[in-house]
Amino acid sequence: MLINWFTVGAQLLNFLILVWLMKRFLYQPILDAIDAREKRIAAELAGAAAKQTEAEQARDDLRRKDAAFDQQRATLLSQAVDAAQKERQRLLDEARQAADALSVKRRQALEQEQQHLSDELARRTRDEVFAIARKALTDLAGIGLEARMSEVFVQRLRDLDSATRDDLVSSLTSGSEPVLVRSAFDLPALQRSAIQAALEDLFAASIQLQFETAPKLINGIELSVNGRKLGWSITDYLSAMEKSVGEQLTVPDADADADADAPAETPESKPKLKLKLKPKSESESESESESESESESKPKPKPKPKPKPKPKSKSEPEPESESESESSESSESSESSGRTEPEPRP
Amino acid sequence: MPLSPDEMVLWQWGIIQLNATIVYTWLLMLVLAVGAKLITRKLSTGLTRSRWQNLLEIIVTAIVKQIEEVGLSHPQTYLGFLGTLFLFVATASLFTVIPGYQPPTGSLSTTVALALCVFVAVPLFGIAEQGLANYLRSYVQPTFIMLPFNLISELSRTLALAVRLFGNMMSGAMIIGILLSITPFVFPIVMTLLGLLTGMVQAYIFSILAAVYIAAATRVRARDSGSEAQVSPEKKPG
Repeated sequence: MLINWFTVGAQLLNFLILVWLMKRFLYQPILDAIDAREKRIAAELAGAAAKQTEAEQARDDLRRKDAAFDQQRATLLSQAVDAAQKERQRLLDEARQAADALSVKRRQALEQEQQHLSDELARRTRDEVFAIARKALTDLAGIGLEARMSEVFVQRLRDLDSATRDDLVSSLTSGSEPVLVRSAFDLPALQRSAIQAALEDLFAASIQLQFETAPKLINGIELSVNGRKLGWSITDYLSAMEKSVGEQLTVPDADADADADAPAETPESKPKLKLKLKPKSESESESESESESESESKPKPKPKPKPKPKPKSKSEPEPESESESESSESSESSESSGRTEPEPRP
Repeated sequence: MPLSPDEMVLWQWGIIQLNATIVYTWLLMLVLAVGAKLITRKLSTGLTRSRWQNLLEIIVTAIVKQIEEVGLSHPQTYLGFLGTLFLFVATASLFTVIPGYQPPTGSLSTTVALALCVFVAVPLFGIAEQGLANYLRSYVQPTFIMLPFNLISELSRTLALAVRLFGNMMSGAMIIGILLSITPFVFPIVMTLLGLLTGMVQAYIFSILAAVYIAAATRVRARDSGSEAQVSPEKKPG
């Protein structure tokens, strides 16, 4: 008999035990491990997918930010460029203005310098001219000239207008002092008597004359009565001329900024007056011509003869008007003009 | 030379006897259990795993896949029984390479025991799957006349399972024994290789047939409901 029933039972039991053992030690652990691995793989795949989604989102964010950043940068750049251009324009304007101001300043300084120079030159020239004229006239003063001068003086006395004459007469009569006649040189007796005669003839009274020498007058005769003065001398001319020249020079000074045309016009306008008055006295013209010829050697002789006639117009009224003090007319003229003038003495 | 290892009795006390079949079966059980225990003691759930774990996973997943292909919808329910059948028969024939070893499946007692297990397990799984009434009703399908034939079929296939496995395993051992006495030593080795192949095929056949029987027992109701209701017959078998 091939079948041992005890063995069959034992094998049945063995097989059932083996089934339990295999389930316990083989199938369950292996299947669990496989399940766990699959779960883990699935979880990792899900994680990877989530990470990918996250990365895509981050990339999108980054792109958006990048675009925004680019835009912002472009905006900032354009702003900066605009600002730089504005700044450049502003700086250019400032520089241009500064350069303009500087050039104006420089031109002004230049003009001022020029003015100073021309003023100085004019003053020096004037001083020189006056000094020469004075010296020439002093040198020329002589007997002939004295005689001529006294003639002119007498003529002047005779030509006095009535008002002045009356004024002079009243001062003569009221005053007890002798009439003082001053001249640059000692008057000869002939001329003294001529003046005496002329005065007596003029005032219809005997007048006591006192003659005095005053070299300061250079060339001329002066009559002083009771503080009133009547006379003619080259010193008067010179001082009057100095004054007028000084005025002429200071006038352009006042409007230094004015165009060059203005100073050119002013000297022209004045000579007209001078020319009118010029022919009044012959002795003046003589002395003038002499001084002219001498001074022409200098570079600036022309302005001199022009202003020269002017003192005539001024010096002429002076002898006619009453002089209150015995001081020289130069001081008087300086007072009236109110300006300090360079002294002719040097 | 003994026809069956049952005849090699090592110890006997009355009816109880300890023969070679039982001893070798215990040995196989020990090897399988200890080996499984050792390998599964430190299983890796990560992507890297040991070679032995890989081997076991391949075996287990192959069995699961095979059961599924037969047509059982929940392979893990039947894995314990069918898988162990295969492993036991396969290991028993595999160990024939060891000289002096007598495969326990070469004993008709063992094969009868296994066949009886299948004989009992098929109705158990059928009843568990579709209920006692439905399972019993499957014996009278398609008509009541089929009941004796179904019963005969149950018994005969169980007998066929036992005898087929016994015959194959016993014949392999017998052929080697006979050849050893009449041929040079090289030829039995070739026959041993052939015996290994036969053993593997028999293991496969045994477990597959068991699976098919179980599948047949558990699919009866599905087929019935599909034919009766005539609604979506394709769905239920799946």
